[in-house]
Amino acid sequence: MERTAPLLTTRALAVGIAGRTFCRDLELSVQPGESLAILGRNGAGKSTLLSVLAGLREPEGGEVRIAGASYAQLGARRCARIRGWLPQSRSEAFSSTVLETALVGRHPHLDRWDWESEADAQKARRALACVGLADLVQRDVQTLSGGERQRLAIATLLTQAPQLYLLDEPLAHLDLNHQIATLELFAALNREEQMASVMVLHEPGLAARFCSRALLLFDDGTTLLGRSDEVISSDSLSRLYGYPLREVGAGELRWFMPA
Amino acid sequence: MPTRRRALLILAALAGLSQLSIALALMVGSIPISPLDVLATLVDNGGGIAGEVVRSLRLPRALTGFACGGLLALAGALLQVLLRNPLADPYVLGISGGAGIGALLAIVLGLGVAGINGLAFVGALGAMLLVFGLAHGEGGWTHSRLLLTGVIVAAGCGAVVTLMLAIAPEDRLRGMLFWLMGDLSQTGDPKLVLILLATVLLISLPFARELNLLARGADVAQALGVAVRPLRRGVYLLASLATAAAVTHAGAIGFVGLIVPHLIRLATGNDQRLLLPASVLAGGSLLVIADTLARTVLAPQQLPVGVLTAMIGVPVFLFLLTRGAAGRG
Repeated sequence: MERTAPLLTTRALAVGIAGRTFCRDLELSVQPGESLAILGRNGAGKSTLLSVLAGLREPEGGEVRIAGASYAQLGARRCARIRGWLPQSRSEAFSSTVLETALVGRHPHLDRWDWESEADAQKARRALACVGLADLVQRDVQTLSGGERQRLAIATLLTQAPQLYLLDEPLAHLDLNHQIATLELFAALNREEQMASVMVLHEPGLAARFCSRALLLFDDGTTLLGRSDEVISSDSLSRLYGYPLREVGAGELRWFMPA
Repeated sequence: MPTRRRALLILAALAGLSQLSIALALMVGSIPISPLDVLATLVDNGGGIAGEVVRSLRLPRALTGFACGGLLALAGALLQVLLRNPLADPYVLGISGGAGIGALLAIVLGLGVAGINGLAFVGALGAMLLVFGLAHGEGGWTHSRLLLTGVIVAAGCGAVVTLMLAIAPEDRLRGMLFWLMGDLSQTGDPKLVLILLATVLLISLPFARELNLLARGADVAQALGVAVRPLRRGVYLLASLATAAAVTHAGAIGFVGLIVPHLIRLATGNDQRLLLPASVLAGGSLLVIADTLARTVLAPQQLPVGVLTAMIGVPVFLFLLTRGAAGRG
């Protein structure tokens, strides 16, 4: 892993919003093939940190680099070929079909006057098949359920085909089977294609099982970063959520129950 | 999503419709002129009185109407994307209100056509800068903040317009009302608006795919590689200029800017690469047809064209609205 440059690095990163600071001096490095979970209470700044990492919001201090360059150096278009961002919520103001929506992921790969080609449509269809929406390609997005919309957003991200996936609550609105399928999908991308993912999760058990590392954002602005099997423990989680948690299970399948 | 080939076919069909509408406008009126005679007057500058009527009355009026309809529909399409609101129209941000104040002031002062157009344009620019400045306060612009600022400024302008109508001398009222409802009878040279229409369309077309993304949300667009801030400002500027130009030439003609992008969207989908040029052609044709009706239905009495676009627009819009609700329910 030392051979390749990290896909994401932060130096002395400080993130805050409206006078509140969520983290200070965050030093982060995500290598190809790695996955990092971000855990924290509601309002701890998980989404704000993720949008700073995605270059959508300015940090209060420090810097973020993707594939060795800053967002300003790369420009919006080249950034979009390196990192993808899954928003926490989205709304569609206008009707469009599921396929059209997935196809917007091709935007950073097309020149100004290009139209989406059949090859692009194939990529979008494959991505939709990956999330189980192959039968709904012609449906209007405004008629989809919450879980279907979430899977469509993931398919759009797969169509974009970046190297670094920044996922804000990728499991929101999903059934248990789709939750596991989604996490396995990104784990496979990391393992087989040397992609990397950073995801905001609410379930520490799934974070421990699917992410190699974890970043815990505490309410007082301190952070804990390390390997999942070290930092995800009943002690740290009890402190993180302010509620006593008990660990059950063993090895990969650890689960944390409210005591 | 239309393919490029299908988009070109649709645009060719709409271009045909535009030519038909203009041909109709040249033929119909107090002196009916046959298609062959119209062609002859245009080709060899002859044709006596009929030639005069076509060249110096009907043609400039039809071309101005076409340009204004195209500008309004284009501005409506752009603002619907910018505000992410399918109910936005070119007047929602107060530009027509500002132009109205300027134009009515000019009418009260007894200025001629040039004065009315000039003051209307100044008023439109004033409203546009006011909304832009106020909406662009601390914390940047969100579409809801822009929309709210625009609606409030429009309401303020509306109050001033009503005040001016209340205190204006009796003999000026008719002219003022006609201006407010939209009127093409006082048009001059169509060259300026036609050039503006072409310019605005040619500037916005290269950004059409980026507008598709903007319609899905600023964050999503930014994450997919769109430089959102300059794009939004540019769209605001273009839509405002287009509206100001149309309103200055033809008054506040309603419904073209709201209805036409909707019709195109329902028929072909929400791809701005097709939607923007198609709206221009369809909006232009609609206004030319409405204006031809406005000057012939109760001839020799001329109706304000804004009344006719609204009378065509309201039932069409309500029909689409109920059909859309049924389709989704």
